[in-house]
Amino acid sequence: MKVFKAIAWIALISFVVIQFFPTDRNESYTTPTTDFMLVNKVPTEIENQLKVSCYDCHSNNTVYPWYSKIQPAAWFLKDHIKEGKAELNFNEWSNYSDRRKKSKLRSIIKQIESGEMPMDSYTLIHKDAILSENDKKVVIDFITKLKDSIK
Amino acid sequence: MKTIKRSIGTVALVATMILTVSCKDANKNEAPSSASNEVIQENMDSSKNMAMNNSQNAMAEAILKDYFNLKDALVGDDNDKAKMLGGTLAKSLGNLDKSTYSESQQKELTDIIEDATEHAEHISESDIKHQREHFKILSKDITDMVAITGTATKLYEQFCPMYDGGTAWLSTKEEVRNPYHGSSMLKCGKVQREIN
Repeated sequence: MKVFKAIAWIALISFVVIQFFPTDRNESYTTPTTDFMLVNKVPTEIENQLKVSCYDCHSNNTVYPWYSKIQPAAWFLKDHIKEGKAELNFNEWSNYSDRRKKSKLRSIIKQIESGEMPMDSYTLIHKDAILSENDKKVVIDFITKLKDSIK
Repeated sequence: MKTIKRSIGTVALVATMILTVSCKDANKNEAPSSASNEVIQENMDSSKNMAMNNSQNAMAEAILKDYFNLKDALVGDDNDKAKMLGGTLAKSLGNLDKSTYSESQQKELTDIIEDATEHAEHISESDIKHQREHFKILSKDITDMVAITGTATKLYEQFCPMYDGGTAWLSTKEEVRNPYHGSSMLKCGKVQREIN
């Protein structure tokens, strides 16, 4: 019982201590002119869908959940966002070469088709980010058209 | 890496030899008339160009070699080996020297290398299904690269209608060994184009 108490105390203390290590937040209140939505003609419905389902990790502005202020959740989120932005940043869209745009669009289609994106750990909390079969079809049709329009 | 270093060394050696030989010739034939001087000058320039092209091609050839090794790993359904070779390819892609190509070619090569590197990096950390998805685009990138850099080897562009709506890849051998299906459909595909 003594041992258990000691462990509980250590856990509690370390939990309190890590709260004093804040992380940089991925927030930006201006949308750059290179943004996917600004350089492409995206139907409003699809724009909203992509912003809700993708932009938290694939743009420079994350709409953070309440627990993002608590460690170690903040570290976990930070890593995911960093990785997500390295793969694809919708805000940087027109900076990509045509070749890379095509590659990215193709990957978007594959990831949505297979259900790998949006990630399970994300949709667990963000229920509105889940794409129904119909949503998937609409988004994939649009992305496919966009991909084919690039030479 | 060793073989790349060795081949760079060999190319450099050959280049120096060509240059020294042509310089000697120039000295020997020191002609009085300015017209023949020009001719010699031209000869020297062309041998210099040749040497430069050789070293450039050496890097492109190294990239191709890594690409073919990767392809063979996928033909053999070897996920781990493909991971390793994807990493190797990503590194050698970074070594391509673009300096002597025209401006538009340089721009295109930059785009190609950037895209191809990303796919090679993904291959170095994915399961085999994803590796093959990335290999499809990688093959397109490498084909476009060869269109600019050229290669000394005879290549076959092969095509399999069964994979993802039809997909191509490059091979040094005429007989088809399918990197997208591996052992499940090893010989699916045909040669659709010969390069060189």
